[in-house]
Amino acid sequence: MDLDGIYRAEYSRCVATLTRLLGDIGLAEEFVQDAFTVAVQKWDEQPPPNPGAWIVTTARNRAIDRLRRESTREARHAQALLLHHVDEPQEMGPVRDDQLRMIFTCCHPALSPPAQTALTLRLLGGLEVAEIARAYLVPEATVAQRIVRAKKKIRDAGIPYRVPGAAELPDRLASVLTVLYLVFNEGYTSTSGHLLRTDLCLEAVRLTRALAELMPDEPEVIGLLALLLLTEARRPARVGPSGELVVLAEQDRSLWNRELIAEGHELVRRCLRRNQPGPYQLQAAINAVHTDGPATDWAQVLALYDQLLHHTPTPIVALNRAVAVAEVHGPATALAAIEDLDLPGYHLLPATRADLLARLGRTAEAVAAYDEAITLATNDTERTFLQTRRARQGA
Amino acid sequence: MKKYLLAVQYDESAPWPSEEDLREQQARTGQVTADMQSAGCWVFVGGLLGSHATTVVRPGNGVTTMTDGPFAETKEQLGGFWVIQCDDLDQALAWGERCALACGSPIEVRPFEDAQWT
Repeated sequence: MDLDGIYRAEYSRCVATLTRLLGDIGLAEEFVQDAFTVAVQKWDEQPPPNPGAWIVTTARNRAIDRLRRESTREARHAQALLLHHVDEPQEMGPVRDDQLRMIFTCCHPALSPPAQTALTLRLLGGLEVAEIARAYLVPEATVAQRIVRAKKKIRDAGIPYRVPGAAELPDRLASVLTVLYLVFNEGYTSTSGHLLRTDLCLEAVRLTRALAELMPDEPEVIGLLALLLLTEARRPARVGPSGELVVLAEQDRSLWNRELIAEGHELVRRCLRRNQPGPYQLQAAINAVHTDGPATDWAQVLALYDQLLHHTPTPIVALNRAVAVAEVHGPATALAAIEDLDLPGYHLLPATRADLLARLGRTAEAVAAYDEAITLATNDTERTFLQTRRARQGA
Repeated sequence: MKKYLLAVQYDESAPWPSEEDLREQQARTGQVTADMQSAGCWVFVGGLLGSHATTVVRPGNGVTTMTDGPFAETKEQLGGFWVIQCDDLDQALAWGERCALACGSPIEVRPFEDAQWT
C-alpha cells in the first residue's frame, strides 16, 4: 500500500475541509495527522476506496471525541463549530471549494508575502518545510517560523476562512496568482530529487481552473491558466525514456497534449481580444508561439519577451529573453545581454552562459560555466542534463 | 464576535490643520462612528490630546517616577482610537480603511486578547 502517495495526495484537501469544520488550521492539521496514524494501523493491506473521505471522517470523529473530553473555552468553541457545521450546506459564496477558500486565507494581505507563499506551499501544495526552504534558498528554521507565525496570526487576528466577496476579490488576486504560479513551478522543476512532481502541477492547474471559473473576467487569471496549460501540455515530452531532460528544440512534439494546447491557444486568443496585457498573459502568448506549428517562430517570441521585460523588468525575464535573442541575433549578442545579470545561486544563469559559450566555440569557458551550473543545480535530472552537455564539450 | 482596536497613528510633526479642514475631518470621522453604531459594531471612540499633555508613570522598586511627555519619542503618536466588535479581521480591516481615509492617518488594527472565542 502506498501510504506516502495517499498522504501526499490527500493531506492538503483533508486539512482544508477540516479547517472549515473546525475553524482552525492548527487543529485541522493535528487531527488529520492523527487520522493518518490511525490509517497506518487500520488499513493493513488495502486502503478504503475513498481514502480522503475516510481521513476526513476519522479526523472529525477524533476531534469530536477529544473536544468532548476537554473543557476549555477554546475546545467548547471548536466543538460547537464542528457540530454546527456538519449538516450545513457547504458555504455561501460563489465557489464551493475548501481549497480555494484556503488559498485566499493563506494569501491574505495581512500576512507578509514570504509567509503567504510558504503557507500555501505547505497547506495547499503539501510540501514539507525542507522542500519550501530549498525552493527559496533560505534556512529550514526560517520557513518553519514563518509558517508558525502566519498560522498564529490567522487565528489570533481572526483572518477569515472564506473566498472574499466581489468587492475585495480583485485586490486579493495578485498574491494568489503568484502563489499558484510558484506551486506549478515547484512541480515542474522540483527543487530536489526528480525533475517533475506531477501532483503539484496538476494541483496548480486544478486550483487555477477553479479560480478562472470564479473570475472569468480577470485577464491575468485566464493568462495564468493558459500559461500553465501550455506548459503542462509539453510535460510528457520533457523527460526522455531514461528520465533525462529533453530541451524544447529536441522534444518529440507528437507527445505533446494536443487537447491542452488547443485549450491554451483558445484562452490566449481570448486574452488578445481583450487587449489588457499583463505578465501572465504575455508568458502564455510566448508559450502559444512555442506550441504553434512544427517549429518556434523566434522573432515573435523575442517581440513578446521585449513586452514582458517592459512589464516585468527582472533579471529572470532578461535571462529568458536572452535565449530568444540567441535564436534571432546569435549567441554573441545574447551573451552580451546576460553579462551584467545578478542572480546569485541561480543555476540557470551559468547554464545559459555555458550553452551560449559552447555555441561560440569557447570550449574552456563553457566547461567552467557548466561546472558552476552543476554545483548550483538542486535536482538530479537537471544536474545529469548539465553533466551530459559538459561532456559533449570534449574537454 | 471579536473586538479590535483601531488606533490612529497621528503625525505630530505635521502642520496643524486649518479650522475648516479640522471641521471636515471631524465630520468624516463622526460619520464613520455613526455608521459603526448603526452596523451594531461600535464599542468605543475617543480622540486624544497630544504629547504636550502626556505624562508617563514608571514602576521601579515598589515606587514610581513620573516623566513629562509620551512613552516613545516618535513622530507618530496615538491620536485616538475606536474599539469595535465584528466577526473577523476582514470586517475590522474594512472599517480600518474607512477610518484611515476619514482621518488621513495610518490606522493600526489590533485584535483584543479576549476577542477570541467570545
